[in-house]
Amino acid sequence: MNVVVEAEEQDWAALVRRVDRDKDKAAFAALFRHFAPRVKAFLMKSGAGEALAEECTQEVMATLWQKAHMFDPSRASVSTWIYTIARNRKIDALRRQRRPEPEDLPWGPEAEPDQAEVMTLQQESEKLAKAMKKLPEKQRKLIEKAYFGDLSHSEIAAETGLPLGTIKSRIRLALERLRHAMG
Amino acid sequence: MTGMTNEIKHHLTDALLMGYASGNLPEAFDLVVATHISLCDECRARLGSFEAVGGALIDEAADAVDVNDDALESTLRLIEGAPKDPIRIRDTAPEAETVFPEPLRDYVGGDLDAVRWRSIAGGVKQAVLPTSRDATVRLLAIPGGAAMPDHGHHGTELTLVLKGAFRDDDGLFARGDVEVANEDLHHTPIAEPGEVCICLAATDAPLRFKGILPRIAQRFIGI
Repeated sequence: MNVVVEAEEQDWAALVRRVDRDKDKAAFAALFRHFAPRVKAFLMKSGAGEALAEECTQEVMATLWQKAHMFDPSRASVSTWIYTIARNRKIDALRRQRRPEPEDLPWGPEAEPDQAEVMTLQQESEKLAKAMKKLPEKQRKLIEKAYFGDLSHSEIAAETGLPLGTIKSRIRLALERLRHAMG
Repeated sequence: MTGMTNEIKHHLTDALLMGYASGNLPEAFDLVVATHISLCDECRARLGSFEAVGGALIDEAADAVDVNDDALESTLRLIEGAPKDPIRIRDTAPEAETVFPEPLRDYVGGDLDAVRWRSIAGGVKQAVLPTSRDATVRLLAIPGGAAMPDHGHHGTELTLVLKGAFRDDDGLFARGDVEVANEDLHHTPIAEPGEVCICLAATDAPLRFKGILPRIAQRFIGI
């Protein structure tokens, strides 16, 4: 792999793989240092008190360890994957309701993620993050409110102003390849 | 495994996918969304893009909150104390196609043959599934050629076809297709002739059935 400059996201994915394959505590500690404070901030903004947010953050990070084998870097960045774990914990702990999840795509031995796809997806995720930084303040606040706040579903307009089409197409391709590998 | 449907023509709206991605939907809607996505890679990918927005938001360092000094150690203890993530054994062999995708089977306690139906009217049967009370979700079985009970809408109503098909002003809805209706839509779905049409329907407001008899029935069956 010869990408150096934009390697940050790529590194997170490699760390998750080390956690999965080698039960590598140093890799886990690095992920923890970066993501735990972010997860905690997310949970507090979503309405959790400090103590509950701390407890849930530790549970979210423990889930990362336990489910590291489920992470597919051709379909999500590490931040996105951790976001979904934190979101599910939020629904559990704050809203106290069950969380129906889509049926998983089973992993076959052939379904090892394609490195080129992994790279593209991670780059698309970085582009998305940059696009979000450039959004007008008002637009950005609205998105934050939808994701971190208390907008009810009927208030969500879903007009993000973000170029989500490309990232969607990348994920779509990864899914197609996975389906194909499963025969 | 449920098997994918490539011919899906009626998809979820962006608002619903974003609502699911942000964790703001009532549980009943989450169930319809998760069931549709199990059948539809297009919406699975669209959901992935909305979840990526959440990932980008969480990744921004500006307002991170310090965790306790011993947080890493307690988390490692949590990991050591936890039972190993069990290898999930699928409840059906891959070749045995099920009618209900996994999230729905979890709520029903099995596949189509495990549903505990109750007759409502005109040969239509329903089974209400237990969810949080901010919205309701039910399975409906409509005999071929029969109409769904006529109703107007308050709020949002989602109808996902799992077996058979129905038709209304918006066209034909077959397995995997989902109709998203709101106050403006007043429709009368009619099951296509032939096999029974099985739908998963969620609403965040009580259905308002027209006519006195259904209204009385409504009181007893809790629609």
